Amino acid sequence: MAFREYTIGSRMFGLAFGTSMFITLYMPAMDIRNVSVTDVGLHRQLSFGRISGFSYEDPFLQGKAKPTTVFISKDPANGSAIEATTAYVYPAGTPFPNGIRHPVILGEKPQQLSVTTGKIEMADDTKGAVFVVRTSDQGGDTISYIENATATRGWNPEATINAASEDNTLYVGKGKVMFVREGCWWCHTLLPEQTQDWQYFGAPPMLGDFNGESPTAFGSDRKAPDLTHVGSRNSSREWMMMHFFNPRLVQPYSIMPRYDYLWGEKDVDGKTIDYDGWRSEYNKYVANERIYPPEVPVPARDSEARALIDFVVNLK
Amino acid sequence: MFKYMFAKNEDIPPGSAAIFFGFSSILWFIVGTGLGSFNAAKLAFPDFVTGIEMLSFGHMRQVHVLAVIMGWISMAFAMAMMYITPALGNTKLWSEKLGIWNCFIWNLGLCVGLILLWFGVTSGREYSDMIWPVDLVIVFGIFLPLGINVWMTIKTRRTQGIYTTNWFFGAATFMVIIVFTVGNSPEFFQLTGLTEAYLTWWFAHNVLGLWITPVAAAISYYIVPKVTGNPLYSHRIGHLHFWSVVVFYSTPAAHHLMSAPLPEWLKSFASVEGVLILVPAIAFVSNLLLTMSGKWKMFVENVEIKFTITGVLLAIPLNMQGGFQQTRAINWYIHGTGWIVAHAHLALLGFSTFLEAAAVYYGLQTLLRRKLYSLALANFHFWMLLIGFSTYWISMTIAGLIQGAGKIYEVPYIDVVIAEHPYMIARWVGGTMVFLGNCVWLFNMWKTMRQGTLIPAGRLPHELAYER
Repeated sequence: MAFREYTIGSRMFGLAFGTSMFITLYMPAMDIRNVSVTDVGLHRQLSFGRISGFSYEDPFLQGKAKPTTVFISKDPANGSAIEATTAYVYPAGTPFPNGIRHPVILGEKPQQLSVTTGKIEMADDTKGAVFVVRTSDQGGDTISYIENATATRGWNPEATINAASEDNTLYVGKGKVMFVREGCWWCHTLLPEQTQDWQYFGAPPMLGDFNGESPTAFGSDRKAPDLTHVGSRNSSREWMMMHFFNPRLVQPYSIMPRYDYLWGEKDVDGKTIDYDGWRSEYNKYVANERIYPPEVPVPARDSEARALIDFVVNLK
Repeated sequence: MFKYMFAKNEDIPPGSAAIFFGFSSILWFIVGTGLGSFNAAKLAFPDFVTGIEMLSFGHMRQVHVLAVIMGWISMAFAMAMMYITPALGNTKLWSEKLGIWNCFIWNLGLCVGLILLWFGVTSGREYSDMIWPVDLVIVFGIFLPLGINVWMTIKTRRTQGIYTTNWFFGAATFMVIIVFTVGNSPEFFQLTGLTEAYLTWWFAHNVLGLWITPVAAAISYYIVPKVTGNPLYSHRIGHLHFWSVVVFYSTPAAHHLMSAPLPEWLKSFASVEGVLILVPAIAFVSNLLLTMSGKWKMFVENVEIKFTITGVLLAIPLNMQGGFQQTRAINWYIHGTGWIVAHAHLALLGFSTFLEAAAVYYGLQTLLRRKLYSLALANFHFWMLLIGFSTYWISMTIAGLIQGAGKIYEVPYIDVVIAEHPYMIARWVGGTMVFLGNCVWLFNMWKTMRQGTLIPAGRLPHELAYER
């Protein structure tokens, strides 16, 4: 650094680069930090769990240690009838979502209500817990917050799972892991745009819809329809099942890959799935040698396909 | 390579690290474009290879992107830095041994990272898909040793001043370390929600703006004066380019999320700064094209200049698109469409690849002291790249405009897919041409190393006539 100019230049570089980092990192971070979570944001993070990408508890993205979403209409503690409720079941050992681990990210009022009324700080992930989303009227504003139903109502995870029928049990947390691992978001965005997507793909998300979610998997390259509200457009599980097994069954011009490998070896009845047989029959159907395509096997309860379908139909 | 990893630094022939990086980069370019061609075939013909998890589009797409960015582009940069930085300082590379180890860890780390991605072990964040342990290897095993070598070579130079190229090299290696560390902080510290989404694009923008664009430009600041013999047109415009990259290119990250619910001030700020990217762009292009004055016939006759100036010329549409497509007036139409895919390939496969290819062509000849084996094969490579890329770019731009029209007129989505089909085939053909051209390139460089005419001491490769 023989020249004095280079000393000055280095300092100017530090100043210029530092200022740009201040404006593009510190200022937005402080701004986003003050956003309170919305009702949608609470449901999202409670159904997805702590993290849907690579994590210690699920390093190979198999959907391990993820919460289950159940719709219940009777109280798991005493069996009495209650109004229909969505409960998020975290069995023992399942890490809690970020809003419960660090309630500060919920924003001021939801944090206060979740801690005082919802008793979320009493939850212990080594014992498991059940969470529900409640609303409270705070001086004219409706504020949604998290309630730890294990502490407030004595709902334990096993009883809550048993209180819901098979149709009302959705493996959404595992399904989002499949969505990330299988790269669905390379083509299907999860971000209706603020300018022209209202009519076709529904309302764009709001500022507080994502607090605590990781990764958001917005996607950037929309080669296929946006899925943020797909469950409201099409909630047929049978359609989803056929579409995942071979998209050309329901949409002849689709360019989506087949996800039949997510079915695993056995179907829901425990029968071994004959993929080669299915494909040769399907090829006959394509060649106009059969009138109807072969039946798509129903995925087993613990299959990856089931979880992915649960995740997609739950995107309301 | 293994022989040199445990040799004394003085016993390693100067330029070895750069040669290893050069050939590694060509190999990764073949891998990356081969994967690109395979993926494009799947978009054109969805049942091309089907029902196998490891060969499905969702598992291969990110491997293509990161093989090209971290393998081809960044390794070609490392190669360029390892021979241009010492040449401009009239000295040797600070440590050949560090360079050799750097190349080894880079190849190994990248293989591990890409295989994990291939198996679906991902962070789920575009461009920073690699999981955080691999990110740490990239920062501390790949970019930090590279930076140390570049900074120490600049520090131990035997010239008084520092030439423009070396400002860029020194600053970009520093900035890319910051960008990787901060950009992956959501994974290190479990930041969530919009902060995570914003930092994903902060990373993706800055790795292009503070690493790929300035280093590619810096290469042309070396190649054009060196090969034409003309001095750089203006060092003062070079200053303008450098400082405006640091100030303007580091700020518009939020313009990638114009339709997301980010704070409005941030989007407006990013959009204005995004237009100001035209300042470094115009400074760069005008400076280089004016340096060519009186030597334009070399654009036709000399293969290194042909690659470099093509890259510089492709910076014009690149920055015209880049500056304006992110404004609210245009972004609402083309956001998330194939237009953006075309633009990304214009940046990486057009502008920057042509500059890096020139650096690798010129560097390998200089370091091996061998004249290029075949001019005809080099020209074939050039035209395969240019025609293949143009086919890709034009077809994806048209596909993007169709998608844009489809979304504002609320056409059923499947009709857009049907309308795009011919362009998907064209994109596959273009990508495959690039891949085949690169295979020829590797052959040509291998033959150069084995059978190229020896360059006498004191002469430069482009001063010798071709024998084939």
